[in-house]
Amino acid sequence: MGLGAYVAVSAALFGLGIVCILVRRNVLYVLMGIEMILNAANINFVAFNRFGANELDGRMFAIFTIILAAAEAAVALAIVLNVFHLFNSVKPSEADLLRE
Amino acid sequence: MAFFELNSGTSYGLLLAVPLIPLFGYALQIAFRKRLPYGDKILTAGMFAVMCITVFMAMRMILAEAPVFLESRAKGYVFNWLYSVLPDAATVENMGVGILYDPLGAAMLAVVGIVSFCVHLFSIGYMHGDKRYNIFFANISLFTFAMLGLVLADSILFLFIFWELMGLMSYLLIGHFAHDDGNPYFHRWASWASKKAFMTTRVGDVCLLVGMLMFYQHFGTFQFTELWARAQEAVAANGGEFPAWMTVAGLFIFGGTVGKSAQFPLHIWLPDAMAGPTPVSAMIHAATMVAAGVFLLGRTFPLMSPEALTVITIIGTTTALFAATIGMTAYDLKAVLAWSTISQLGFMVAAVGLGGVVAGMFHMVTHAFFKACLFLSAGSVIHGCHHEQDMRRMGGLRRQMPVTFACMFICTLAIAGVPYFSGFYSKDAILLSGWAGILGDHFDGWKVYATVGLSVAATMTAFYMFRMVFITFFGTYRGEIAEGHGHGHDDHHDDHHHEEIVHAEDGGIAHGHPGPMPHESPLPMTAALVVLAFFGFFAGDFPFTDLRFWDIYHPQTWFESLASLDTLYPNVSSWLDGRFAHSQAIHDAAHSRAFYGSVFVIAPLGIFLGWLLYMRRKEWPAKITGGLGLIYHTVRDRYYVDEFVNAAVIKPTMACAGLLKLIDERIVDGLVLLVGRINKFLGFFSAAFDRIVVDGLVNFVGLASQTFGAVSRLLQTGRIQQYAAFAVAGGLLVAAWLILS
Amino acid sequence: MDHTLQQRIFYGALALLVLVGLGAGLAAGGGAGLAFALFAAMTIGGSLMCIWERSVVRSAFCLMATFTGVAGLFILLESDFIAMAQILIYVGGILVLILFGVMLTPPDLTERQLPRVFAGLILVGAGVAWVAVKVAATARWAVPDEMQPTAESNAREIGVGFLRADGYVVPFELAAVVLTVALVGAVYIARRKRADLEPQGGES
Repeated sequence: MGLGAYVAVSAALFGLGIVCILVRRNVLYVLMGIEMILNAANINFVAFNRFGANELDGRMFAIFTIILAAAEAAVALAIVLNVFHLFNSVKPSEADLLRE
Repeated sequence: MAFFELNSGTSYGLLLAVPLIPLFGYALQIAFRKRLPYGDKILTAGMFAVMCITVFMAMRMILAEAPVFLESRAKGYVFNWLYSVLPDAATVENMGVGILYDPLGAAMLAVVGIVSFCVHLFSIGYMHGDKRYNIFFANISLFTFAMLGLVLADSILFLFIFWELMGLMSYLLIGHFAHDDGNPYFHRWASWASKKAFMTTRVGDVCLLVGMLMFYQHFGTFQFTELWARAQEAVAANGGEFPAWMTVAGLFIFGGTVGKSAQFPLHIWLPDAMAGPTPVSAMIHAATMVAAGVFLLGRTFPLMSPEALTVITIIGTTTALFAATIGMTAYDLKAVLAWSTISQLGFMVAAVGLGGVVAGMFHMVTHAFFKACLFLSAGSVIHGCHHEQDMRRMGGLRRQMPVTFACMFICTLAIAGVPYFSGFYSKDAILLSGWAGILGDHFDGWKVYATVGLSVAATMTAFYMFRMVFITFFGTYRGEIAEGHGHGHDDHHDDHHHEEIVHAEDGGIAHGHPGPMPHESPLPMTAALVVLAFFGFFAGDFPFTDLRFWDIYHPQTWFESLASLDTLYPNVSSWLDGRFAHSQAIHDAAHSRAFYGSVFVIAPLGIFLGWLLYMRRKEWPAKITGGLGLIYHTVRDRYYVDEFVNAAVIKPTMACAGLLKLIDERIVDGLVLLVGRINKFLGFFSAAFDRIVVDGLVNFVGLASQTFGAVSRLLQTGRIQQYAAFAVAGGLLVAAWLILS
Repeated sequence: MDHTLQQRIFYGALALLVLVGLGAGLAAGGGAGLAFALFAAMTIGGSLMCIWERSVVRSAFCLMATFTGVAGLFILLESDFIAMAQILIYVGGILVLILFGVMLTPPDLTERQLPRVFAGLILVGAGVAWVAVKVAATARWAVPDEMQPTAESNAREIGVGFLRADGYVVPFELAAVVLTVALVGAVYIARRKRADLEPQGGES
């Protein structure tokens, strides 16, 4: 399969990730959506890397993305639990203290 | 391009150490918090080192035969942070981190070093017993780092980064007491004031960002020396006229100054910022951060077109005048100083607008010393009077607090512009540039306005400062001398707390009075005052070494011999000299009778009026204010600018948002109902469409008004998903633009 | 509409789409095309199901399909080390974390609103599809349209790349620092809440 096919899958996954962030009213879905978006980016990195110059750069980026995603998931989960304890809800729309 | 170099190769190392010391102190304090023994002393010692280095470097600069202009890029010492993405600047490594050290930077570094050290020293006494004592020191150290970095930055990009960091620290420090309602300094409005300060300056910051990017778009660089050179080229290419966009971009950059330096109409945050601890007011809201706006003007002066300079002058003069009138009516000790700060900043801004950039920077330097001293003295008074801030409940304090009184009196003389005190030299340099403008080749009405307005404002300055000193330190003590009673609004009065301070600082020596009688502050605080008062006196010039009484305008003060258009902007100096035809006009002005008159009339007149109204005829002020009636109330209530902003910006945006919300709810709900009746399944889509599209549209309109209504925090919904939706919509718009264009 | 019916319609449509996709892949690229279509279907179908499902637990498991599908795509791209890292970290680590989050928060089956879901899918889908079509029509990739040859051992290549002096040592160390900081931070955030519950309270 050509490069275009991978990029298309990546674009679709990216869009679905955004939908996942926007439409659901549970902060865990926001987390999942972010993971989807990161995965979409990863597909692009690796695909362009393998079809392109085949230096290590793209795959290195992918690895760093995975690392950062792991770190982000850990911190985000801690935040989710804190938000839950603070607001007794996991709906992002209820955690709107920022506007106070 | 004539770049000078310091002889020694170690200079860069020393300069780098200057901001890194407070940064290291901050990291240390944050990492160990209360477990760090003597954290405050360690940070103060670090700041002492900073002060020594900066003063040493400045002295070398002053004593050097030729003023030094040191640019790390010229030597190739630069850390490249980002590379340009603009096609026409693709090879320019213009986002590097570099150092620019020139006379202005040297003077400002020394100012920041000295003031910061004094403030640290003062805080050891003043903040003693505070719950968040360590955090306070950490924050103020990080602030010092940001300010030093801003002064050393050689590109407007890094200046902006440090600028924002300072804004953040200002926010945190104004709200320092907001978390601790048991603290005697607690103000209920501290958290509100910190938000107001952050939001209001944010308006200016956005302007600065826009202006910065406009220059980058046209010139492809952020670096100051490059920008100046490109400005000269652009003007030359345009037939000697400034292109219109440069006026616009210059005014945007000036918008940053308006926000940070509290110029009209964004001055509203500074008086409220006084809710923060007094050392913070001294350091951030008098000496350094608000001066950063003026410093920015100094760095970008060659980029300003004549039209922009006219606007700058008018805004500066207006601010100076209008803040001075409010300062005459205030009774809160810190409020008087806050309005005075705004007024003095107006002087500096107007000076830059008049082309007297050296005079403006000179005033920035001297003002930093005497205003920091005044604020810390005020802090000492507040400390001594048990957290009382209202001058009407003070009086006669010169007997109880002799050191504070002496320091404050010296600095009051300085700010009033009494000859031989530092403020005299700088303020009259500013008036001189006004006269030079009037007497120069081009006669303009706004120059007359500026000169007359600034002279009047200077008289008012002398008046209200002496009013403050007379009310506070002379006469008899008017506070209640009783045990265990709070004063008026000060519900958190806490004698026990206070006694702890006294015992801890004085080694247990009991005072002669059991009740809350005012008392002198402990040693670290007075020491800081004395250091600052010393500089408040001598920072203008060293008059006794070269005394020429009748040639009172000493044409070569240390700052003016160090800094001139030639040494501040060496690579474009001939261009600027041509534009401002400086020396000749100033020379003429200095020898004109009008100038001498303004020098000798201003300070004595103001002081005489203050003495007359508040020492001699104490019943007159009430009569005068009664006679003025409405005018007095308008001035006292700050010309209702806050109310105007509230009514003109915040309320309409809120009302608009409310109306849209109403429409949104009614129409969307109605549509849902209608569509739902027609077809249930289709209704799902339709309602969702309405909700997303209409909601999104409505919110988008709301967002547009939010940008201007950033002052009103209430507009932010705080819903992250909504923010995410905007981000996505924005991304799609950008994609659409990229594809379609 | 009844929930069971909704599920039937959705999964029926999804299965139909997947079948069409698999057929198209087979027709376009034979065996390799079929494999690609399979993994792509896992990726996209998994995320669609994740958005669709009412229960967070089910959504999380659907996300597993997405992650695995992406790993499969990596294998097709001959980057097996990243594929393994993907499975280990995403499926083994992040997904488990999310499941922890699911278990520690109460279930809420009424939270999904179909109109929102449909509207989001349509709007964002239209936007992304439009951009994709435009890009596909105008973009000229500066790369050849076939895969480049790669070293025999991906892992060795990447490992050497990490540690080579002119390689990625600094980012590698940075990543280590970031991970450590994030871990400490996560523990700190999660722990503070308990400190707040104590009567004394912590330093703010």
